[in-house]
Order: sequence, then structure tokens, then C-alpha cells
Amino acid sequence: MATPMLEIKHLKKYFSTPAGQLHAVDDVSLTIEAGQTLGVVGESGCGKSTLGRTVLRLLEPTSGEVLYNGTDITKFNRKQMVAARQELQMIFQDPYASLNPRLSVAEIIAEPLIVNKKYKNKKEMYERVGQLMETVGLAPRLMNSYPHELDGGRRQRIGVARALATDPRFIVCDEPVSALDVSIQAQILNLLMDLQDQQGLSYMFITHDLSVVKHISSHIAVMYLGRCVEYAETEELFAHPMHPYTQALLAAIPVIDITRRGKKWETLQGEVTSPINPAPGCRFAPRCKYACEGCHAGNMELLQISAGHWVACPYAR
Amino acid sequence: MSEPLLEIKDLVVEYHTDEADVHALNGISLSLDKGETLGLVGETGAGKTTTALSIMRLLPKKIGEIKNGQILFEGENLLDKTEAQMRLIRGESISMIFQDPMTSLNPVMRVGDQILEALRLHRPDMSKAEQQKKVDEMLEMVGIPAARKREYPHQFSGGMKQRVVIAIALALEPKLLIADEPTTALDVTIQAQVLQMMSDLKTKLDTSMLLITHDLGVVSQTCDKVAVMYAGEVVEYGRAEDIFLGKQHHPYTEGLFGSLPELNATAKRLSPINGLMPDPMALPEGCKFHPRCPHCTERCKKEIPAVHQDGEHMIRCHLMDKEVR
Ligand SMILES: Nc1ncnc2c1ncn2[C@@H]1O[C@H](COP(=O)(O)OP(=O)(O)OP(=O)(O)O)[C@@H](O)[C@H]1O
Ligand SMILES: Nc1ncnc2c1ncn2[C@@H]1O[C@H](COP(=O)(O)OP(=O)(O)OP(=O)(O)O)[C@@H](O)[C@H]1O
Ligand code: SF4
Ligand SMILES: [Mg+2]
Ligand SMILES: [Mg+2]
Repeated sequence: MATPMLEIKHLKKYFSTPAGQLHAVDDVSLTIEAGQTLGVVGESGCGKSTLGRTVLRLLEPTSGEVLYNGTDITKFNRKQMVAARQELQMIFQDPYASLNPRLSVAEIIAEPLIVNKKYKNKKEMYERVGQLMETVGLAPRLMNSYPHELDGGRRQRIGVARALATDPRFIVCDEPVSALDVSIQAQILNLLMDLQDQQGLSYMFITHDLSVVKHISSHIAVMYLGRCVEYAETEELFAHPMHPYTQALLAAIPVIDITRRGKKWETLQGEVTSPINPAPGCRFAPRCKYACEGCHAGNMELLQISAGHWVACPYAR
Repeated sequence: MSEPLLEIKDLVVEYHTDEADVHALNGISLSLDKGETLGLVGETGAGKTTTALSIMRLLPKKIGEIKNGQILFEGENLLDKTEAQMRLIRGESISMIFQDPMTSLNPVMRVGDQILEALRLHRPDMSKAEQQKKVDEMLEMVGIPAARKREYPHQFSGGMKQRVVIAIALALEPKLLIADEPTTALDVTIQAQVLQMMSDLKTKLDTSMLLITHDLGVVSQTCDKVAVMYAGEVVEYGRAEDIFLGKQHHPYTEGLFGSLPELNATAKRLSPINGLMPDPMALPEGCKFHPRCPHCTERCKKEIPAVHQDGEHMIRCHLMDKEVR
């Protein structure tokens, strides 16, 4: 079999906190093929952003491997990593905090070009910036504006343009559209999908918005407190969600229905497990309606229950 | 009928930048009764946050200017209040959950202490022990283990920071809660939890809410009234029934519904409204939506459409001229 474009193997990222080791990403293994999109969903705080950042080594992994075209980038030195980062880019969650407020739009987009010494000639570089702005639908007159003068949608387009500057092959998109309203969301998603079609880009698409993830991903990984609890092709996951957390997640999507106004929201009961020195066993068990003794004891490994569908839960089997 | 808790009348707000004046709000009027929830929807740049900041009197100094209008809260014009009076109103009577959680969080203070400080300031009726207990309780309610209260904001994920801000706003038990995209950073299970907390507050204290969100599912399940904003104007306004079940809509509202990535749809491309929100430095003449509107006529390009009222349902569009009659 051909080597997958990106292979994440037993990746762990722990943070030291006053109360102990926080298991933000705890033994996650995933693959992404060229030209495909892996959607990563899960509860707020479950480690999605940390996973994305660790894969690109914006955070150093505690342990594990990240193979890009078969080579483990976690072993790369600084120089190799700078070179690799041209092909491995990120679009950030927060269009407010992720853009340097002191730089103009053009300067922000040009930054990766300068870092990688892509152009000797300033004029050529700014031509490229102009091209990128056109690709993402930013009016040329905004070149000299500052991010705080722009609304969220335009700010996020700057993030997309910056990520595209060095002709990447793989982009981690961390909630690129969550801060945007539906119609701008649709424009940015269409833009990302067009770029994928034209340039064969691969994405890791982090979001908590299930309708968005369903739309854009070929495969989905569901995370819960640092672990991947379910992985399948998108259609399979939506048709046959097997993990109780995935089921709860899909059931909680607010549909347009005014008859539900004033009625109680379905909420998960039970205490949230702390990610700091978590006990063995399934981390969802305290909130799971199917939890049995076995769930609290052993570690839950991902097991394949049908072709390409992996679940970490004994109830599902 | 009782007097509304909040009434915004013909509010006009401009931002003055180096280059030009940004016409962020062009005469909006809204009203909100006690215990009512009003949803504010509309594309990015429509002026939703500006509306909220105007009520709080927190527009950026020197840059943001209220040119015209009134904001009546319990019958008194907030625009006449001194800064000292506003400080009391903020937090106690009106509290706001900001779109960007870091606007309200102090990066060098432990999250638990930030909730505690807000309680000390605005809830002197509670004893120290009660305040301490409330901190733990509020954190747990937003799904964060209380043991993590000693951590700093940078140790929290985006959604966890947002939840701390929500915990603070709700702990203060305000009369009016302004929530600017409170759950956009949250997954649906936590979102349900937060919306349930808000609805409990509403039942317990008759709190009114101004909910800014782009999730029409959430709007349909929580809001009594809905205002659709476009380019600094309210282009459609009505009861949730009018907006979600009504037959007639502003073309922009129709476009908003058309852009939803539906869970059961299989279409690969979404159909967003064509084009972008107009540049607020140079708004188009006539109907501000006309360059993007699929029903645009010559008249739309020149004449500002009048308001068409059908009961509580308001639509600002020339199309209604023929259809209403
Ligand atoms: N720098 C840090 N120091 C300590 N803990 C951290 C740090 N960054 C993240 N964490 C913790 O790691 C866990 C995972 O955080 P992460 O930001 O990856 O979550 P997420 O899934 O992206 O959530 P969200 O949907 O809210 O963005 C959280 O418990 C968070 O508090
Ligand atoms: N500080 C500022 N200086 C200049 N212009 C501003 C400033 N803040 C907002 N604006 C402009 O005012 C208009 C209204 O912005 P506002 O933030 O109220 O929109 P919004 O509806 O909240 O959008 P979003 O959904 O992106 O949050 C936009 O065109 C925006 O670019
Ligand atoms: S007034 Fe004309 S341009 Fe404006 S929304 Fe109605 S039909 Fe479209
Ligand atoms: Mg995140
Ligand atoms: Mg806003």
C-alpha cells in the first residue's frame, strides 16, 4: 500500500499544571490521505486544537510520531522544520487573537513569504500578496487596513490567505468558520473546497459544528477528553454513530423548530472527568447511560467493528 | 401593556477611522420586554456587536460615536448617564457576554478569582463563603471541573474561556443579559447546557435576553422575537413564528436560510448569498441589499424601501408593495 500523506502515531501531549499532568492529547493515532479532509470533532476542551498544533509541532509532542510522506517530522531539527512548515500550514480558531494587530493586512499575508525568503523583489512579493487576496476574496484596497478595522469574515480570509502563501500541501484548519455567520461560512467553506479540488490540498478540519464537518470531511474522528473515541467515513459515522458520546453529540444538534421553545434542552448528566491525571477506564463513563463496571476498569482501545469504522466502547460491540 | 425593559429608538452609530467614516448603524429601532428573548441575526459586519456595545456604552473611545437616537432602559435614556452611573448598571442590571472572551478576562488572574471578583463587586449581598461556593458551582455548571479554578486563561481552550465568561455573566443575575455569540465556540452538548442555564435564569428571575447568534436552530428554539440585520439596518423583525413560519420574507432573510449547510442535504456546494456585505464606508443607494438581491428592480436601486408592517411582522423591501396589497 502507498504511504499515506500524514500518519499520526500514538501522539501524546501533556501539560504540567499545579494539580498534575493534564492529558490534553492522549495516545491518538490517525491517518490522512492526500486530497482528503479529516474532520475532528468533540467537546470543547477535549484537545482538538492541541492535537492540530502538536501535529504541526507548534507544540512539542510529549511522545509519539507524525509521519509526513513517511518521514517522522517530530525528529526534524529547526531548519528542517522551517522548510517543512511551508507545506504544513495552519488556519487558526480565533480570527481576533491570531492576527498581529500592529501589522497591516498585506504585511500579515506577506509574513510567511518573508520568513521563507520566497521573493528577493518587494514588488513581486506584493504582487503575490495581491493575488492571494484575490483568491480569498479580499478587496485590494484593504491591503493597508489593520485587522481590528475588519469584521470577522474578512479577518478569517486574511488567515486563509496567509496559510496559502507558501503553497502548502496540508492545512490544519482550527475552527476556521466558527466565528462567522452562515452565509460567510458557506463562502469560506466553498473557497476551501475549491482550493482542495484545484490544488489537491489535504485538510485536518477541526470544528464542533457537525453540519459543517459533515459537509466538508471525507472522514471524521470524534474526540473525548484527549482520546479518539470513534473514527469512520463521514457518511458511515452519521448513519451509524456507535459511541455513546457521538450519539449524544448528534442528538444535541439544534434543528430549526420553534415548537421546542421553552422546553428543556437535552443535556448530558453527570460530572465531567478532569483531564488532569485521569483514572483508567473510559473517560466518558461518568456521563454515559450505558456505562457498566468494565467501562470504569480497563483502557478503551479503538477496535474496528466494521470495515473502516473504529470505536472505543464495549457497548458498541 | 407594560413598558418595555429596553427600547432602542433610531440609533445611528459611526466609527471614525483614518480613512473614512464607517456607517455601522443607520437608524435601528428595537424593543425588548421583561422576560423576553430577542434574537439578533445577520451577516458579519451587519452591526450586531455595535448594537450591543452601544447599549453597554462601550464603543471604542474617540472612534465610535453615537450620532443619533435613544436607548431607554427601564424608561431612562442610557445615553444621558455618566460613566460612573454606567459602571453600576453594567454587571448589575445589564451584563454582557462578549464575542471575544479575552475582552473580559484578565490574562494574569486565575479564572476562579475572576469569577470571585465579579461577585465581590456586584453581589455584596452574598457572604464570602457563599461567594466561594458559587464560584465552584458556576464552573461545574458550565462543565469545567471546579478543581481547575486555579488555572490561568491561557491554560484553557477557546471554548473553556468562553464558558468562564458565561459563568461570570450568569452569576451576576442581571435584568438584561446581552450575549454576543455566546455559544459559537462551543460544541452542541455544552451549548445545550449553557442554553439551559440561560433559560433557567429567565424562568427564575424573568431575565430579558438579547441573543446575538448566527445559529438559526438556536434562535428558533430560544427566541421570542427575531431581528434580521443587514448593513446597519433592521430589514426584518417579528415574532419567531413570523420569521420561521411566515410566508413572506425579506430577500436577505431568504438568503440566510439558503446558506445553511443542512445535515440531510447532499449538495456539495452551499448556496450562499452572492457577493459581500457592502462596504460600510460607501453604502449603496436605495435598498442597501440591492446589489446582491435576486429580485432587484430599477426602483430598488434608487429608492429606500419603506417599512411594511403586518401585525408585529416588519419587512423593509419594495417587493412587499405589490404583495401585501
Ligand atoms: N498551554 C496550556 N497549558 C495548560 N493546559 C492547556 C494548554 N493549552 C491547552 N490546555 C488544556 O488542554 C485541554 C485541551 O485544550 P484544547 O485547546 O486542545 O481544546 P479544544 O478541543 O480545542 O477545545 P475548544 O473546542 O474549546 O477550542 C484543555 O483542558 C486545556 O485546558
Ligand atoms: N473599531 C472599529 N473601527 C472601525 N470600524 C469598525 C470598528 N468596529 C466595527 N467596525 C465596523 O462596523 C461595522 C459593524 O461591525 P460589527 O462588529 O457591529 O458587526 P457584527 O454584526 O457584530 O459582525 P460579526 O458577525 O462579524 O461579529 C463593520 O463594518 C465593521 O468593520
Ligand atoms: S428592496 Fe429590492 S433590492 Fe432590496 S431586498 Fe427588496 S427586492 Fe431586493
Ligand atoms: Mg480549540
Ligand atoms: Mg460581532
